[in-house]
Amino acid sequence: MYDFKSLTDSIHTSLSAGLSPIMVTIIEFVIIAFAFMILFTLLGLILVYAERKICAFFQLRLGPMRVGKWGMAQTAADAVKLIFKEPLVTKNADKFLFNLAPFIIILSTFLALGAMPFAKGLHALDFDIGVLYLTAVSSIGVIGILIAGWSSDNKYSLIGAMRSGAQVVSYELSVGLSLLTVVVLAGSLQFSEIIASQEAGWWIFRGHIPALIAFVIFMIAGTAETTRGPFDLPEAESELTAGFHTEYSGLKFAFFFLAEFVNMFIIAGIGATVFLGGWMPFHIGNWEGFNRVMDFIPPLFWFFGKVTFLIFLMMWFKWTFPRLRIDQLLRLEWKYLLPINLVNILVMAFIVLKGWQF
Amino acid sequence: MAETHINTISGKPLESQEYLINMGPQHPSTHGVLRLLLTLDGEIIHKVEPHLGYIHRSIEKMCEKDSYTQIVHLTDRMDYLSSHMNNEAVSLAVEQGLELEMPERVKVIRTIISELTRLSSHQLWWGVFGMDLGAITTFLYGFRDREMIIDIFEETCGARLTMNYNVPGGLMFDIHPNFQKRTKAFVAHFKQKLPEYDQLLTGNVIFELRTKGVGILSKEDAISYGVTGPSGRASGFSNDVRKHNPYSAYSQVEFKEALSEEGDSYARYKVRIQEMWESLSIIEQLIDNIPEGDYKAKTKAVIKLPKGEYYQKVETARGEFGVYIISEGGKSPYRLKFRSPGFSNLSALDHMAKGAKIGDLVVIMSTLDLVIPDIDR
Repeated sequence: MYDFKSLTDSIHTSLSAGLSPIMVTIIEFVIIAFAFMILFTLLGLILVYAERKICAFFQLRLGPMRVGKWGMAQTAADAVKLIFKEPLVTKNADKFLFNLAPFIIILSTFLALGAMPFAKGLHALDFDIGVLYLTAVSSIGVIGILIAGWSSDNKYSLIGAMRSGAQVVSYELSVGLSLLTVVVLAGSLQFSEIIASQEAGWWIFRGHIPALIAFVIFMIAGTAETTRGPFDLPEAESELTAGFHTEYSGLKFAFFFLAEFVNMFIIAGIGATVFLGGWMPFHIGNWEGFNRVMDFIPPLFWFFGKVTFLIFLMMWFKWTFPRLRIDQLLRLEWKYLLPINLVNILVMAFIVLKGWQF
Repeated sequence: MAETHINTISGKPLESQEYLINMGPQHPSTHGVLRLLLTLDGEIIHKVEPHLGYIHRSIEKMCEKDSYTQIVHLTDRMDYLSSHMNNEAVSLAVEQGLELEMPERVKVIRTIISELTRLSSHQLWWGVFGMDLGAITTFLYGFRDREMIIDIFEETCGARLTMNYNVPGGLMFDIHPNFQKRTKAFVAHFKQKLPEYDQLLTGNVIFELRTKGVGILSKEDAISYGVTGPSGRASGFSNDVRKHNPYSAYSQVEFKEALSEEGDSYARYKVRIQEMWESLSIIEQLIDNIPEGDYKAKTKAVIKLPKGEYYQKVETARGEFGVYIISEGGKSPYRLKFRSPGFSNLSALDHMAKGAKIGDLVVIMSTLDLVIPDIDR
């Protein structure tokens, strides 16, 4: 098995040789922060490019083709354009809050990204309450959206912020409960433990129908939490022009834009970790030989492969379905997803109690 | 106005204001420079006031200076998606004044091109409707098929949108030798692709939730507001000019008037899809039977209408389009008035959108299929 622990340990020991423990901690923080910043930017660039190409594929188009081979440098060119654009602020905007909002959203995305288990030993924050931590930090983002909508002094933005407040707060319940369904199975809130518990097979296969239902609900609610289509009501460009980020331009707009894509990665990452075994290769019970062969494929490949699949699924939703209306959106959550989820978690608890899972 | 809310701490009533929003003149779903002043209570719409004039070009006044052949250039630019039918109305009105009988060939070609225009307009509407609902993909599917029709037009008369193919006294040019072949190829292609439209939108749960029971217009209201075309027919108001006052070659073909009783957005959607099928069948009936003959009747170089009043209405993709000409015997009309379907259809918007949500307003507006230059002449 590939393990990044030896790598991280060797960095730690080589740093500790000549430095005080406090300095070592600070340097390690900086290294990790840099690594995440680079990852964040790369993810943004790749996902934006992927979305453009996939959306073009659904829409009988080619997508960007001019900048670089197959338009590969298009997103980089766009990023440069956004950096040089003038950051406009509306006349009566609350300037402090207006400037603060994008950073709150970015902050929540970074904090959530920190808890992502990329491979064995490649895991920045491995709390014993990982699932709780993740649902907590990912809900900070909505505060940013609300502040952005309120402070821009634009009526469309305010409606967008109001919608997103109602939407994200509602759908968080479903995300949390569907994750809890697997927590019941795995018996732990820690991501590394949840992954380790899937050694003999991923929970989506081993957890009977309740795990499957939880996965579907997680994907629906997760898409809604990232405010992507068909749940893109806070932005709803045909109704509210661009919703809460109508007034933003330049780099501050880029922050909202990047955060949306990285949030999509996070939702896909959690889905992959909790339901599809994260970096855990595809194992079947006690087929030793088969499992050994699967172990040869590196865990990073497994993780990113699963995440890519889920992201593709989310893009598929977005480019196929029309948008829901706000009351229908809330009805879906409170009258369908939430009751189903509550019953589902009870059924799962019963299954675990009886020891019926595979 | 919203009911008064009480401040729970002080016990005094809270001050409340109407929430006014300007939707437009630049807005993605007004499809042009239309400004709607919305009075909202949160998401719920209390009043919609359309404000016009952003694209007013005083076409009717300009017509008073133009010769009858020049007027056709202006009607192109009113409802640009049914330019051919607008031109047909003017041409027919002038021909009525001159007491000219068109050769059969002209009638048939006019009808075929009218139906192709109707198809292209409905395809664009379908794509844009999906986009207004948030399903951007439909837009490009609609355009894929529309492109074939536009290419046929380009080959026929050199223009893709404002075709100016119909002129008083006949047609500008004869049809291209490829016309029949390409039109038949298009009909065969589109017959396969039209079910795809249904697969993409019609059966979708979200789509049905968004359109069924939204923006209901009763038959009585449709008649009193003068809502014509597919929007009126979806309310059960049988108003197809092609059926009731056949012009050109419509009396020679068999087709059904698409009617529905519900009067909601879904009914308007279904009626338009049904109309596309009917248009295909009309084209199929005529395309092999284009009679030989002249592509225009003999007219004088300068057309002068005898003193009198002439009215001609046609069915455009949006509804009943009328041209009313008062002539003093000169080479341009004394007064010319257009009855544009979009204007009357827009007048029903406030009635239909009352109590709906912002998302519904976009749907209602889209199913009315407004083209702003048609409303604001």
